[in-house]
Amino acid sequence: MCGIVGLYLKNPELRTRLGSLFAPMLTEMTERGPDSAGLAVYRDQAPTGRVRVTVRAPGVDWHATGERASSELGTPVTVTPMATHAVLEAAVDGEVLRDWAQAGDPPLRVTSSGTTLEIYKEIGLPAAVLERFGVPQMSGTHMIGHTRMATESAVTTEGAHPFNTGDDLCLVHNGSLSNHHRLRDWLREHQGLKFQTENDSEVAAGYLTWRLMQGATIAEALEAGLRDLDGFYTFAVGTRDGFSVLRDPIACKPAVMAETDDWVAMASEFRALARLPSVDDAVVWEPRPGQVYSWGRA
Amino acid sequence: MSAREEIDLDAVPVRRLNRLLQGRDSARQAGSFDVLNPRGRHALAAGLVDPIDVVIHGHAGYYCAGMNQQARVTVAGNAGTGVAENMMSGEVRVHGDASQSAGAAGWGGLLAIGGDASARCGISMKGIEIVVGGSVGHMTGFMAQAGCLVVCGDAGAAFGDSIYEAELYVLGEVETLGADCVEKDMDDRHVARIGELLGRAGFAADASAFRRYGSARQLYHFRIDNAAAY
Repeated sequence: MCGIVGLYLKNPELRTRLGSLFAPMLTEMTERGPDSAGLAVYRDQAPTGRVRVTVRAPGVDWHATGERASSELGTPVTVTPMATHAVLEAAVDGEVLRDWAQAGDPPLRVTSSGTTLEIYKEIGLPAAVLERFGVPQMSGTHMIGHTRMATESAVTTEGAHPFNTGDDLCLVHNGSLSNHHRLRDWLREHQGLKFQTENDSEVAAGYLTWRLMQGATIAEALEAGLRDLDGFYTFAVGTRDGFSVLRDPIACKPAVMAETDDWVAMASEFRALARLPSVDDAVVWEPRPGQVYSWGRA
Repeated sequence: MSAREEIDLDAVPVRRLNRLLQGRDSARQAGSFDVLNPRGRHALAAGLVDPIDVVIHGHAGYYCAGMNQQARVTVAGNAGTGVAENMMSGEVRVHGDASQSAGAAGWGGLLAIGGDASARCGISMKGIEIVVGGSVGHMTGFMAQAGCLVVCGDAGAAFGDSIYEAELYVLGEVETLGADCVEKDMDDRHVARIGELLGRAGFAADASAFRRYGSARQLYHFRIDNAAAY
């Protein structure tokens, strides 16, 4: 099954309330996905010239990690721990910081990279995951989240969504893909992409990353996905400036959208949106199958 | 006339609401109920058996008024997946839009949707009458067996796919017809039928301007000539 939600705040005055508006949306989707949960948050951009990477490594000494990173990379690396995750920032190339994190002993698993995006995910009930990462206290412009009921691969944190798909891009997926094995092999062998799991949604994320590397816009990448991704899906894709939504042409998986002057939101079901401010005055509609919807500052 | 009873779903769980509306704690045969703060909750007013009147003030979630018998249920908002699914009798009215599979497998009664209905409206309908004020999504009327569907707007792709003997009427454009669904001639009986259903639904449209669709009856039985296709 799985549940997905997205919230973009148009009104800057609401931004301090992003997490407190978002957390009940994700919790409402618990019945659709009780085994793990995750979220992507766009709060603020790292200072010019600096990159931001979120990593996960339960039990690691984050202070020591920061010192080791600074010394090995030869530049100050700030480490901001958040439960099992931490946000690393440094004035280096993103790939350098990412490779350093993954090459360590023990390796730090990179959940996001870019300049703005942070991704947090764990197994467990959504309410517990939200509490653990202090989501209700978060501020920012937009968030995307996922509650997972695993069907195609194991219940692990690695299999939880969102998946990072290139700098500051992330994907959540409700559905299942049927051509992910072949597509993963092709992207790995012919395009050099790396995959961390056997998860089908990670392949969709990798596919979008590859299209973007080829110069496509996010809307173009999603439209190409209509041809190349076989299966059921409702996708929500987070970008630095907003988010996009796409349902497969047969529309097997649900989605509902709502918009007011203050915010735009999407969810698997309306009940996740039912407590947003002034929702009774919102325009509410079901996204049409096979059509890309995008919002944001861009 | 007896007073209307209010049930606030912020204070009362859905299970208790349905128990009350289903008359399981009393021998009640009639009554009027206002349901407040539905907030997209599922299975509201499902399984009703008495000729009661229920108004849901706001948006309903999945399977609202499912399996309805005799009751008149109004959703003053949108309805989620499967509104009035498997309805036997009575009336279900949705003021806004309905999500997919509205009226699925319904045997009887009237489902009137003021806005649009999305994919698979009337899938496998078995006698229900459905009137949609707006447009319907793809695969509407899939395997529709009996009953009548009137669409005042447009119909999405694969309309009436694998249809049996349900009657389908559309005022606007049909994107594509599904397998074994064809356009058929209209005569006075059909215009009268549409007019009667529009009247009961409370929607204004020119009954004579609709077009009629139904089964070409080529898929009813296995044909040995098609064996290679399986």
